[in-house]
Amino acid sequence: MSVTSKILVVDDDPYILMSLEFLMRKSGFEVMIARNGTEALQLLDTHNPDVVLLDIMMPDVDGYSICEFIKSTEKHKQCKVVFLSAKSKEADIQKGYDLGADLYITKPFANKDLVNKIKSMIPQN
Amino acid sequence: MSSWIVIICGLFYLVILFAVAYFAEYKLKKGKSLINNPYVYALSLCVYCTAWTYYGSVGRAATEGIDFLGIYIGPTLAAAIFFPVLSKIIQITKAQRINSIADFISTRYGKNISIASIISVVCIIAVIPYIALQIKAISISLDVLTANTLPENSIIYITLVLAVFIVIFGTRSVDATEKHEGMVAAVAFESVVKLVAFVAAGIFVTYGAFNGFTDVFEQAAANSDLRKLFMLNGENAYMSWFTIIVLSMSAVLFLPRQFQVGVIENVSEKHLKKAVWLFPLYLLLINIFVLPIAFGGKLLLPATADADTFVLAIPLFFKHDVLSLLVFIGGLSAATSMIIVETIALSTMVSNNLVMPVLFSRHAFVSGVDQSIRKLILYIRRFSIVLILLLALLFDVFIAQYFSLVSIGLISFAGISQLAPSILGGIYWKSASKTGALVGIIIGFVVWFYTMIVPALANTQLIDASILINGPFGISWLNPTALFGLKGFDSITHGLIWSILLNVAAFFWISLYTKLSAQEVIQAELFVDISNYNVPEQSLIWRGTAYMPELHTLLANFIGQARAQNLINNYANRHKIDLEKQGNADPLMVNFVERILAGVIGSASARIMVSTVTKEEEISLKEVFKMLQESQQFIELNKELRKKSLELTKASEQLKEAYSQLKKMDEAKDEFLYTVTHELRTPLTSIKSLSEIVHDNTDLDEEERQKFLKAVVTETERLSHLITQVLNLEKYENGRQQLHLSSFDFVRFTEESAASFAILAKENGVDFRLNLPNSMLLIRADKDLLQQVMVNLIDNAMKFTKIGDSIQVHVAEDAQHIEVVVSDTGKGIPLEWQPFIFDKFFQARNQTTKKPQGTGLGLAICKRIIEMHGGSIEVKSEPEKGAKFTFTIPTFA
Repeated sequence: MSVTSKILVVDDDPYILMSLEFLMRKSGFEVMIARNGTEALQLLDTHNPDVVLLDIMMPDVDGYSICEFIKSTEKHKQCKVVFLSAKSKEADIQKGYDLGADLYITKPFANKDLVNKIKSMIPQN
Repeated sequence: MSSWIVIICGLFYLVILFAVAYFAEYKLKKGKSLINNPYVYALSLCVYCTAWTYYGSVGRAATEGIDFLGIYIGPTLAAAIFFPVLSKIIQITKAQRINSIADFISTRYGKNISIASIISVVCIIAVIPYIALQIKAISISLDVLTANTLPENSIIYITLVLAVFIVIFGTRSVDATEKHEGMVAAVAFESVVKLVAFVAAGIFVTYGAFNGFTDVFEQAAANSDLRKLFMLNGENAYMSWFTIIVLSMSAVLFLPRQFQVGVIENVSEKHLKKAVWLFPLYLLLINIFVLPIAFGGKLLLPATADADTFVLAIPLFFKHDVLSLLVFIGGLSAATSMIIVETIALSTMVSNNLVMPVLFSRHAFVSGVDQSIRKLILYIRRFSIVLILLLALLFDVFIAQYFSLVSIGLISFAGISQLAPSILGGIYWKSASKTGALVGIIIGFVVWFYTMIVPALANTQLIDASILINGPFGISWLNPTALFGLKGFDSITHGLIWSILLNVAAFFWISLYTKLSAQEVIQAELFVDISNYNVPEQSLIWRGTAYMPELHTLLANFIGQARAQNLINNYANRHKIDLEKQGNADPLMVNFVERILAGVIGSASARIMVSTVTKEEEISLKEVFKMLQESQQFIELNKELRKKSLELTKASEQLKEAYSQLKKMDEAKDEFLYTVTHELRTPLTSIKSLSEIVHDNTDLDEEERQKFLKAVVTETERLSHLITQVLNLEKYENGRQQLHLSSFDFVRFTEESAASFAILAKENGVDFRLNLPNSMLLIRADKDLLQQVMVNLIDNAMKFTKIGDSIQVHVAEDAQHIEVVVSDTGKGIPLEWQPFIFDKFFQARNQTTKKPQGTGLGLAICKRIIEMHGGSIEVKSEPEKGAKFTFTIPTFA
């Protein structure tokens, strides 16, 4: 990568944020973290990330709404959306993809697996 | 006009009538019934309008004004009111194959012969004057038409001609079983003829002699004599009018001819619906021109002209021969239709109820019955017809002069109305008894005779006139025109009041005090509850032995071999009776044969005849009821089946309910499982991820490594805690948790539980207070479990409050309980969630995408624990104003 890709990590669980932030940093991303939907939207606007790693169950705005927002806004359409959630029902996953998600990963996840998948989201020069 | 022309026309008309009847019967043989038609039925009812009304209405209108309308208002009202009554009577008549009004009443009261004969006598006495009236009308109209050129005794010849005509017409064969197809067709035809003739005369007078209705009425109003005819005049005019209306209401139903065409000849009950308005319509049409003709006659004809003949006289006055002839034919039509039906109806009654019983009471006669009986019956019938007409003639010659024409008609109506109580009572009141009916009718009849016939005869040599002033033998309260001192009414009204009153009183009181025989009970049941027995076969209560061949022969003797064969075979086919079967004949067949015979010789005689070939067994009242019950049982069974089916449906509904409940519970269980596992995943995720990081990155700096490992530990604890809670809740719910009771001081306990929160509260800027009683509060409960509750509640309060809010724990006691209130001024709980917050995983389940704070199990566990102690817990909250959790537990659990 010539330019460092930016990734926005959104999750209300501090420990998961902790681990994800470490993993993404280690993988060479510029990492921004948000603990809820509101923060996420703000950071989205100010930093224009290339990838968003989205939890779904959050206290204020849920992940689905954020994904929908991203995919329907001209400015952020290019941004890749990856869901990361404990919701594992068929219907939940399908909903995610219907809203335009690029990937849906269920919790718990394997670190290596997660990192590889996210890296593949970024086009290599 | 030449009398020959008139006579020939008259005779010719009779021939046409005969042809119509013959044609109708011919058509019936070919299979198509002309009279099975509501219009024909309605027209046949119009036999009510006789020559009395054809000529007499005008006569009455000319002298009494609109008073004449009473005769027509009655039937119109009756049509409206009596529809259900008539319907019921027709149903009963069909079910029991009744063949005359006397038969109807006698069948109702146990098939009693004395009632049948008495009623037959009543009918004859009441109706003969009326028949005489018709003959007289024909005679008068002939006189007017031929300008009195006919010989003096022409009336005798007229009667003779009529007798011959009716004999040929009505008694070609012996069967009162079939409908008189021809008679009904002829009567309907005559109704049309008389309507057309009268209307023609009316039109002629109104538009020919005058210039329309307004012209006639204006001229009449201008005439001082006629003006008063627009209203009811005379003393008691309204009362008389009312009497006329009432009498005609009963007449239109119960006159023998009306009963014959209205009930017995009725083909289908459906026709009744149309007749109910067609009949009044006919009455209206035939009355439209009465007043114009009456006024016309008064205005145009000399004052000496008899108003009764205006209808005929006016066209004659204008030398309109054709119209006059037509009018005459119309009047003839009206008279003959009445005479035909009435005579046939009466002759049947005479034959069946007066002559036959006498014959059949003699054993020698009964045992000598063979085929020749048919001829005998035929002759008896014919003889009856001639006799009746003869009596009518005699009445006309000797007695009619003492009565006004109008009063003859009304007296006749009043006589017939004596039958009304026993008929109406019979079809609605099961306790009406034979004795009651009999005595009622006799008393009514006697009073009728005394108050209506006697006064008219009082002015003759037969009875001294003083009877009218002082009463018989000077007993004033027996005065025939003022019985028991009732004065101020015209004689008809007076007579009607007393005869009906005493009739009904006797009927009612005697019925109340007489016991009914088995037969009476059966018949009462079958009449009053006809709707339960609308298949004739269900009305059979008979038991005995009979043999088919004998029954067959018996019937054949009376109605001929061919007809008997036909009837029996048809009946057997319809009811699946095996005629070849040896041994006992089917009771249904016996009943059928008896009923057919009853039409020919009357029910009493039929009974006698049938009993010669059968041996009936005595049926006790008990058995009667049993048989009735059996036939009712079927209906009951039906009801039971329906009830059971309803119960089954209900049970199946309940099963469906239970099933869907179970499914819901199953789904709930699945959801619970899903939610729990879902809850477990979150801490597991970070535990796994963080552990992996530490494992894979050996070059981690110490601080970070410590940080991660600490997180792992914390999350592991959280996981463990969650699992414990779930398991605990399960235990509490399944009743596997035992309460470990100990006695302790609740006040001290509260202080201890709250202690750890004091610091946290201070850190959060929340004001935390305890409001506790001063003294000790001894309680026996599970200390650990209660502590969980206390901690949970305070913890929740902490979670939902921020800086500036306050939390309070209040403890109080009453006689047997301790009440604890944990309240805060924090965020509060939305109203729509309040009913659910004690549910398991409430937050998790209903905030589908919002992260729960806590496990969502805390309150569920609290509730369970409190309930295990026998207490209760509830919440009150207003959003933004805080929440108040209150739980109560008995001091000694």
